[in-house]
Amino acid sequence: MTDREKAAFFDVDGTLVRTNIVHAFAFYAMNQGSLFGTAWKTAKTLLSVPLFMAADRLDRKAFNELFYSYYRGQSEDRLETLADELFEDVLEPAIHPGSRRLVDEARRAGCRIVFVTGALDFTVRRLAAHLGADDLIANRMRFVQGHATGQVVPPIIEGAHKALVIRDWCVRSGVALEHSFAYSDSFSDYPMLAVVGHPAAVNPDARLARVARAYEWPILRTTEA
Amino acid sequence: MRTPRSLERFYETTEQIVTTDTDSPPRVLFSGEDLLVEDLPVGTKIVFPKPPIEGLPNVKAAIRQAINRPEESPPLHALLRPGMKVTIALDDISLPLPPMRTPDVRQQVLEVILPLLADSGVDDVHLVIAVCLHRHMTQGEMKRMVGAEIFDAFYPDRYYNHDAEDPDGLVVLGETRHGEQVVVNRRAAESDLVIYVNVNFVPMDGGHKSVGTGLTNYAGVKAHHTPEHIAKSDSYMDPERSEMHRSIDRIGKVVDEHLNVFHIETTVNNRMFDGPLDFLMKREEAYGEVDRLKLAAMKATLARLPAAAKRKMFHAVPAAYDVIAVAAGKTEPTHAKILKASWAQYAVDVDFQADVLVFGVPFISPYNVNSILNPLLVQVMACGYFFNFYRGKPLLKKGGTLILTHPCSDVFDPVHHPSYIEFFHRILPETRDSKVLEAKYEREFAENPTYVHLYRTGHAYHGAHPFFMWYWGENGRQHMGRIIAVGADNAHVPRILGWDTAETLAEAIDMARSTHGRGAEIAMMHHPPIVMTQNLG
Repeated sequence: MTDREKAAFFDVDGTLVRTNIVHAFAFYAMNQGSLFGTAWKTAKTLLSVPLFMAADRLDRKAFNELFYSYYRGQSEDRLETLADELFEDVLEPAIHPGSRRLVDEARRAGCRIVFVTGALDFTVRRLAAHLGADDLIANRMRFVQGHATGQVVPPIIEGAHKALVIRDWCVRSGVALEHSFAYSDSFSDYPMLAVVGHPAAVNPDARLARVARAYEWPILRTTEA
Repeated sequence: MRTPRSLERFYETTEQIVTTDTDSPPRVLFSGEDLLVEDLPVGTKIVFPKPPIEGLPNVKAAIRQAINRPEESPPLHALLRPGMKVTIALDDISLPLPPMRTPDVRQQVLEVILPLLADSGVDDVHLVIAVCLHRHMTQGEMKRMVGAEIFDAFYPDRYYNHDAEDPDGLVVLGETRHGEQVVVNRRAAESDLVIYVNVNFVPMDGGHKSVGTGLTNYAGVKAHHTPEHIAKSDSYMDPERSEMHRSIDRIGKVVDEHLNVFHIETTVNNRMFDGPLDFLMKREEAYGEVDRLKLAAMKATLARLPAAAKRKMFHAVPAAYDVIAVAAGKTEPTHAKILKASWAQYAVDVDFQADVLVFGVPFISPYNVNSILNPLLVQVMACGYFFNFYRGKPLLKKGGTLILTHPCSDVFDPVHHPSYIEFFHRILPETRDSKVLEAKYEREFAENPTYVHLYRTGHAYHGAHPFFMWYWGENGRQHMGRIIAVGADNAHVPRILGWDTAETLAEAIDMARSTHGRGAEIAMMHHPPIVMTQNLG
């Protein structure tokens, strides 16, 4: 086995940073082109929160589809331009104190670093570069004539699909799943954790913590330096 | 000393080896956090620990004497220059066991040398706990070890755990003539003077092992923590006959070529228990009514408490060790002086080897202070430490049967021993062959980023540590013909370890006799406290 034959897959939201996709969305909503637009979008966002919560509980896939539809009409240029500010203002300050060390340790162990997230790719690309990821598996917004359609390119990266895309990625990259690592904070990522040889729960929610204890997966904290 | 009840019984309270008679009392054995009271067959030879050697009347005076009249070195004060960089390395919580009452001897040494350093104009002083691949000590444990005053003055910037995985925190000094890599803590390597403050709990500790092992990394330890080195150590409690120590000494010589090391070594007696548990220091022959009541009360209490509560209770009781020797100066002569004191406390001369060896495995090992003695650590106590408590010939004949008492519960501490869990449940069922384990899996565990992260940021043993724990029992496993665990609460743990099981000690002895015959010679090591046999014939 060579060192390049293993990878470390990191969920992002909650695992490496304390924010989630709603923060990114809120940032875009708060940075509309006009004062009226900002107020309107902010109000819509606030009104949508209970809807998001209900959808999230019901079905993560439905939640993502509903959530990303709110990007409809945004210009690609603007989303890309604001991504730098999103990283500097929102994501970078939200990186957990222990995240860089964990990623660095995986790299030192010879793992290829792959971020696997349900967030939109342009919102996390800077973060991935900042933490030194070799690859990013994220949802991609479909753009038509330079404007977001509100639909993501299938398959939506979430839950069980994360496990599928990781499998495909490993086949494409010549990486052995059984020698690879996965890190997540959420029970919704159970399939992604279960598919690799070395799963670990990071700052886990209650359900994942229970599963981790039951399966004797290590539990880590990146919230501490 | 207790007045003997009759003259013919006098030997039973003074001799280190007592042969069981028809009217001998039953023996108290540890079985994890429980106590068993068991009759042993007539003729069983019980090897008792020596009584505790009297402690030094004034420890700090002894420390001053040692650093002012050191072995083959100028006095410590003569080595100090204003403005120099000094690193004081300290042994970690793995010794002594259980942790000693405060003030810990390390605190007492620091209380002598820190003012000396300050008076000499030495301000750049760091205290580094030489944990190597052991877990990092918690803030509370660190405070307890050096006292509040020193802790408040140095923690956290100048009092911390050595980090064997810090890519910027280690320096390669070179190689020995055998190709062993010599790696040490960068702060120590870049210091003008390293002072190592040691507690020599057993003869395995101290000497070149202190800096060469305590302040190194995985590659440094890997040089001698191998199945081959352990198999060739006869035993590793006896440095002169230990292949592991030969490697450690070679590494130590390279360290001494590059670093200016001043050793302060100490050792303690074997007063492990006192107060309500003082009956555990006595022979059953010497039990009075009060002792019998204490034993009955303790057994009744333990029978009603859950395992976690029992564990907490035992770990909450510090040992009443007294310091019996202090020496300082150059590594080898200092260590030789301390080893002599250590053997004087532990060594009991024997002139026989037994077919069957019996001992109880207690609740503690060097690797589970404030934690659980998991199955791998039960193994390390049985096949590793307790088996290796000999000098010369082992107490057990080659191919003999070991009978140990322990529940062998399948319980692990995920905070301290996360890699042990995977080792025990994933790879040990595949093979018990140390060389296969070493070749196939050791590096994978050592480099596992999850375990590295837990080691560096939490209180986890290094990913490679469970392998060393398995190798630690290598010479014991190769020597013993059969191992029988008495009182195991499950079948799979002994099975994974390759052990047989018995419900009772009597059943285990019958099983052993089926192998060795009715005339099998049976011996029991009556510890804790620690006893080691010396058979140089």
